[in-house]
Parts: sequence; structure tokens; C-alpha cells
Amino acid sequence: MSTAPISLTVNGARRTFDGDPTMPLLWYLRDDLALTGTKYGCGISQCGACTVHVNGAPVRACQRRMQSLAEASVTTIEGLHPTGAHPLQVAWREIDVPQCGFCQSGQIMQAATLLTKTPKPTDADIDTAMNGHICRCGTYPRIRAAIKAAAEATR
Amino acid sequence: MSAKQRLPWITAHTDARPSGALETHRRDFVKLLGMGGLLVAASSLGVRRLEAADSLFAPNAEPWEPHAYVRLGDDGIITIMCHRSEMGQGIRTTMPMIIADEMEADWGTCRVEQALGDDKKYGNQNTDGSTSIRDFLPAYREAGATVRALLEDAAAKEWGVASSDVQARNGMVVHTASGRTKAFAALAATARTIPMPAKERVRIKVPSERRWEGKQMTSVDLVPMTTGTAMFGADMTLPGMKVAVISRPPVWGGKVVSVDDSFALKVPGVEKVVRIPETPLPGAFFPLGGVAVIAKNTWAAIRGRDALRIVWDGGPNATYDSTAYKASLLSSVRAPGKAGRAVGDVPNALAVAAQRVTAEYYMPHLSHAQMEPVTALANVANGKVEVWAPTQSPQDARNTVAQYLKVDAANVAVHVTLLGGGFGRKSKPDFICEAAFLSREIGAPVRVQWTREDDLRNSYLHSVAAHRLEAGLDASGKVTAWLHRSAYPAIGATFAPNVPGAEPDELTNGASDIPFDIPNMRVEICPAVAHTRIGWYRSVNAIHHGFAIGSFVDELAYAAKQDPADFLLALLGPDRVVDLSKAGLVAPASNYGATWADHPLDSGRARRVVELAVEQSGWHGAKLPRGKGRGIAIHRSFLTYVAMVVEVEVLPDGTVLVPKTTVAVDAGFIANPDRARAQMEGALIMAMSNLLTSEVTFANGKVVQSNFRDYGVTRMRAAPHVVDVHLVTSEGLPGGIGEPGVPPAGGAIANAIFAATGVRVRQLPVAKQLAGWQTKSSDGVRGGEV
Repeated sequence: MSTAPISLTVNGARRTFDGDPTMPLLWYLRDDLALTGTKYGCGISQCGACTVHVNGAPVRACQRRMQSLAEASVTTIEGLHPTGAHPLQVAWREIDVPQCGFCQSGQIMQAATLLTKTPKPTDADIDTAMNGHICRCGTYPRIRAAIKAAAEATR
Repeated sequence: MSAKQRLPWITAHTDARPSGALETHRRDFVKLLGMGGLLVAASSLGVRRLEAADSLFAPNAEPWEPHAYVRLGDDGIITIMCHRSEMGQGIRTTMPMIIADEMEADWGTCRVEQALGDDKKYGNQNTDGSTSIRDFLPAYREAGATVRALLEDAAAKEWGVASSDVQARNGMVVHTASGRTKAFAALAATARTIPMPAKERVRIKVPSERRWEGKQMTSVDLVPMTTGTAMFGADMTLPGMKVAVISRPPVWGGKVVSVDDSFALKVPGVEKVVRIPETPLPGAFFPLGGVAVIAKNTWAAIRGRDALRIVWDGGPNATYDSTAYKASLLSSVRAPGKAGRAVGDVPNALAVAAQRVTAEYYMPHLSHAQMEPVTALANVANGKVEVWAPTQSPQDARNTVAQYLKVDAANVAVHVTLLGGGFGRKSKPDFICEAAFLSREIGAPVRVQWTREDDLRNSYLHSVAAHRLEAGLDASGKVTAWLHRSAYPAIGATFAPNVPGAEPDELTNGASDIPFDIPNMRVEICPAVAHTRIGWYRSVNAIHHGFAIGSFVDELAYAAKQDPADFLLALLGPDRVVDLSKAGLVAPASNYGATWADHPLDSGRARRVVELAVEQSGWHGAKLPRGKGRGIAIHRSFLTYVAMVVEVEVLPDGTVLVPKTTVAVDAGFIANPDRARAQMEGALIMAMSNLLTSEVTFANGKVVQSNFRDYGVTRMRAAPHVVDVHLVTSEGLPGGIGEPGVPPAGGAIANAIFAATGVRVRQLPVAKQLAGWQTKSSDGVRGGEV
């Protein structure tokens, strides 16, 4: 089972992984690095709670195996912004989006890539980008509002 | 404030040392709760990681606690102990804002800390039944006011003036005559040397004096929740901790016949396989039992668990089949049951009615599917059990773990983490017992992680239910007779053997306690045996009661050829305040734990929320085109009255969108209006899932669904764009907030679908039933067989 160690960058820090290469990134982040902002919700890319950025693209960490991450650059919610003041994080707080809060890391990470690609998203853009994320508390209307507020603030 | 509301622990002098405290035995946590972010500081990234000193086992005499809910530090920091579990309802904000307001504290100096499970010290901690504010508002106000009076007394003593001449104001005490001021922080030392203020000195603020209560406050956990630093149950770790993933009997009451763990033990990282004994049926709060794989990390534990080869004996419930069971429930409601309410002469009233309408409704099992699958960390060492868990009820967790491990509850400490959703699932501590058992077995800290599949397949499900309603109308369309028969397996069947069905008190969760003015009423509960664990799920029986009753009233409106809102208002009748215990309710019956004197059935409150929703929604405005429709419903549950007007759009493929909803709420006094609005938004969206997409079914005794792929829930695309929540301003006794939004949404959505399509969906979930609705013949009010 032993293979060559995998080097990657997580939130700007160089890391080396020499465990089970089939392990999903999710468990590496949570169990090995204690970056617990990335959540386990379903394990089959149905809920979006584990969304991180790999080389800038939104990725479900529960589906992305460590062996595919050599030299990759991973950003988690903890590394989205140095002081937690990404326009989405600010908007999320201004609109008081979270209820239980558990899915919000994934929602924010997905929304961040939406805004990078589509700085002024329409409702349809938001629906398409965010439909892979589940919030059982039902914060969707406020998530929509916060994405729009962040888009407005960054114009 | 009445003597009844003056709870014993409120003004008790509390030594900071918890009685019966245990010795310090751990100071090496790398992570503990870490959820005490600055109350006001949305700009701060500081997440205060609690140290071991905050553990029950490490009592800390400093700083001082003049009250169980309030700690005063000499550094000026005021710590408010939140004794209720946070699962999204906002109690970690609402409780402190009430206390700090009454204290006249400077919000910037306040912190919130999650209290350990200790209901003798803090009062009931079972965060269930929408009770936090309705049970504790007087206690929180009195706590704050008591500490305020104490600090005023301290200042008066220091200055040698009368207490009546000084006044606490925004973090300091002021002596107006001399202009002297002193900060709370500087008064703590004197305050601890003087007696607690006499009760008559403790004065609750009048509304005009309130700073935040009933107004607005930014939620306290927003920074950690938006930066990934908020700590949930799944985020807890201890040095040397193992992760366990468990294979549980797929059938309720099933047993392990044999286990081949050879493949599991070959998975790298797997360290051990441990049997957990099956609990005999019905099992209550105890674990189901099964086979646990202990590993060094979560991935290894999941892989190891999946590699177990287990032969199961299904036991007595191995034939449970949802299709057959549905037929048995429908047959059950076609025969008389036990009366929960009996008024007038229903058979006669039906016989003489100008028109009779009958309809049957069916709702499947549902699962909470909270985003955080259940999980718990436990460490058993030296006869002491310490757990960290996302539990709604630390007292039940503590007592159940103690019973399960046969230890004294005094040797069990329960730390409550943030809950990644609860909705009732996390009021049951079975998963906490599992962690405690495994930690004791292997002699190391263990965190049990349920996978999503585990969470769906081995839950405490919301009851499957069937309802049959029959009404008689006179020639003018007035309802003269109401016969409602329900059948659903009882929650009680989870706790006692051989339960033949629910008792009438389950009907007082929104079926027998309805606010309608009908001279002849009979509400009955019919037999239904449970074949899986049944438990509470947000608003409980009111989910299916609300759907069935809300739908049926709409059916009656169409039968009477009246506007559904006008019909609903007529059905509520003239304003009446009713003690239902004297109006035909049959024991056992309850009023959500409140007295009928405090919380009578007030049909005027129901009428006002209906009128408010009608007015604000533009109900009587322009007619919507085919494919769009509005539906209305009212429901009282958890002592709160909620009316909803839901607007739906049904696409040709049968997809239901809910673009706009108007919600009118009379919950008595509402301490934190924005969180109340958020709860209504969430209740509507959860009700959409309940109605439109979610269903747990059984075949051969096993849950068929496995994950969000086949357990559908509402997602962004279907989510409302506008949820317009109107809160009735009131100083009345508070009702619940977390649950009462769910039941009316069920009826209102179903009624809106009928208005849009002409299709009456009586069998849930709606799922694909509306596909091609445009070509279906509109079968009107009597169509759509169950």
C-alpha cells in the first residue's frame, strides 16, 4: 500500500501526505490537519458541506482522493481570507445567514467560486451554482441575499 | 410575576464550586468547545477556546458566579452560561441578550459560554418542544434583574448612599445626585461580600426600558460559523482518540448471528472490532447494538466497517413493509378509535347534514436528516465518563449513559457542542451511549461517527400516519360535524413494549386542540403498531395533523363553493377563549406542558393571524394563471398561532416551486424577532421537504433509502425567493418558535398546489405525482384517491 509521499499546498502551507492514497481529501483535512471547517455531510457529493477549492475550482472533498492531489493547491474555509473578511463572509454576517451553521463553510466556498467567475450573478446563476448544497435549516433565501450583497459590495 | 414562575434556582446563592465536583483529571485537550466568540465582535476573529478549567471535573472558583447563569470577572468580563443547546434557533444569542439587557450590562463586555449538563443547577436543559423562551423567559429576566440589583447595592454600599438613589446603566452604576459612576467590573469585589438582593428589590424592566430584548441583536456565533472555526460534535478530538464506525442491525430488534471481521481488520488504520450488545426491544434511548470498527481515523473506520461481513437475524420486525403498512393504517382509520375529543353528537349531525365530505390522507415516515450526522466523543477513565456531544438534552445524555454503563450519574459529565442541526434527532442519546461504551471497552477516548447512511437507516423516525376526515356541512356551507380518525405508531412504542397505538395525548399536538368552531366534533386515535424506532421530529405529529387538517378545510371550502380564506375565517367562528380541558378533551391530554389557564385556546388570535396573512399576501388580489396558485392554512402548535399563504408555481414536469410565502405569527412576546423570522423561513423550507420530496420506506424490515440521493430534500432551486414574515407585537406569555411554522406550511402548500393545478394530492410525498398535470383531468375536490 505504501506509495511515494504526496506533496501539496493547503491554505498556503506546504504539506506532505504519506497515508492511504485512496483517502478522500475530506478526512485528510479533518483528521490529519484539524481543519474542521470542512464538513462531512453525506460522503457522496450530494450535500456540498465539504466543498473546498482545489487550484481555484470548487471540489467536493469527500470525492477527491489524496492520490490525485500531487502539487495541488487546496484552500479551505479557514484559508479563504486571512482575517475572515471575504465579502461573502461579511455579507453572511450582515444578513445573519447561518442557523446551525454546519453547511455554511461549503456554501461560502461554493459561492466564492461563483463570484470569481460571475461577479454579478442572477438568481438563475445562483440556483445553478448552489443547487448542490443542502441546508436543512433552510437558510437558502438568506444565502441568495448574501451572495447578491457580496456581489454588490465588490463592484 | 407569579410565584409559580419564580423558579427555585433563580436567586439561589451559587458557590462557583459545583457540588459533588470531581477532581481535575484532564488538562490536555487540544480542542474543546471553542464556541465562545465575542458577543458583539462580528469584526473579531477571536474564537475563545475553552480550557480544561471549564470542565466539570476542573471546578474553577474564579471568577465569581452570583447566579447560575451569570459570572462576573474582576476583569469586567461578564460570562452568561447558555444552558440550552444551540442547533440553529439562536438561543446562544437570545438568552444572553435578555439577561444582559436586564442587567444593564455593556454588551461589549459579555461572553457566552455553553453550560455543562447539570439540570439541577441550570434548570431543564432538554432543548425540545420549542420551550427555551416559553419556559425560561421569566427566569432569564429575573436573573439579569437580580444581578443588576446586586451591583446597585454594591455601589450604594461603597458610596454610603441608598440603593434607591443609584441606577445601573450600560455597564456601570450611576449616582445621579453626585454624578459618581462606577463600572460593573470595579463593583464585583464588593458585590461578592454583600447579601443577594431581596426579592422585592428585583425589578423586571418595563418594555420602554429594554435595549435589545424584543428588538435586534447580531447573532453571537457568526464569526466562527463563517470562518470554519465553530466547533460541532464532529469536530471534537482528544489526544489518543480513536474513531469508531458501527454496523447496526438493519431491522429494529435485529441481532448479530455471526461476524467475519477478518477483512475489516486488514484495512490499514483499523485497530479493533468490538461487539456492542443489542438492546432488547423497544430500547428507548439505548443503542441498537451491533459491531464497531475502531480505527485511527475516520476513513479507516468507514472502510473497515464496510468490510465487515455480518449475518443478521432480522427478528420480529423483519417483515415490515411500507406498502402493506400503509394499507393497514388506512384500514385502521376506517373503524372507530379511542376518542381524544368528543363534543356534541357527531353521528346525528352527519346524518342530517346537507352535504358530507370525506377524505383520507397519508404521510410516510420522515427522517430529520440534520446536516451533521450524529456523533459523540467519550472518554471513560478512572470510573469517570466525560462526553462531548451535539446533544439536545445533556440531562438525558447524562442519565442514560449512567444507566447504560451502570455508573452513578455524578460520575458522568456532558459537554454540549454546537449541533449541526437537531430537529429532535439529537434529543436521543443512543449515539452517546455507544461512544461511552466503546471508550470503556478499549480504554481510550473514542468518537463515534455515524455515516449519512447510518443516520437515515437507524434513526428514530417521524411516524408514518394515515388520517380520515369526514365533515357535515349545512345548506349555507357551515361545518356542523367533524369526525377525524388518525392512525400512527406511537412515540411511546420506543419506550414500552406491546404498545398497540398512540394515546389520545398525541392528538393534542394539533388535532384535537384545533381552534375551529364546530358544534359536533369527534377526534379519535386508531391502533397502529410500531415496527421501527419512532421519535420526535420538528413539530412532531403536528406535521401530519397540519397537512391533513389544513388540506381538508380547503376541500370543505371548495365543497361549500366559498373562498378558502373566507371559509377558514368563518370556521374559526366568533372570538372565543376556551379551556379545552372543559370543552371535550379526553384524558390523557396536554397543552404542550402549559396550563389551560396560561395558554387557553384563543380563536381570536387564530383569526388575527389569518387576517394578517390574507391582507399582507394580497390573497384577494389578481387571480393567478393556471400553474400558479395560492394556498392558505392556520395551525396552533407549541402555544403559537401561525397562518401562512403560500404561492406555488408547478412546472409541467410536476416540479413545485414556492416563489413567495406570507407568514403571520402570534407567539406572544418574541424576544429575538430576527431569529423568529429565520425559524419561520426554515420551517417553511423544511415543510417543503416533508411534503414534496422526503420519504423513508421499509422493505423486509429495512429502510430502503440510503442518502440524499434517494432521500430528497429542498434545495436552492426550489427555495422561496420571498418569505414575508409578520410577527404580531405582543407582551403576552411566549409560545414556541422553532416548530410552529412547520404544520400550517403543509396544508398551505398542498392547497396552493390544488389551486394551481386542480390536483388534490392526499398521498405524500408529492414527488412525481404532478408530472404531466396539465393533461390530467382535474378531478376537483373529491378526486385524488389515497
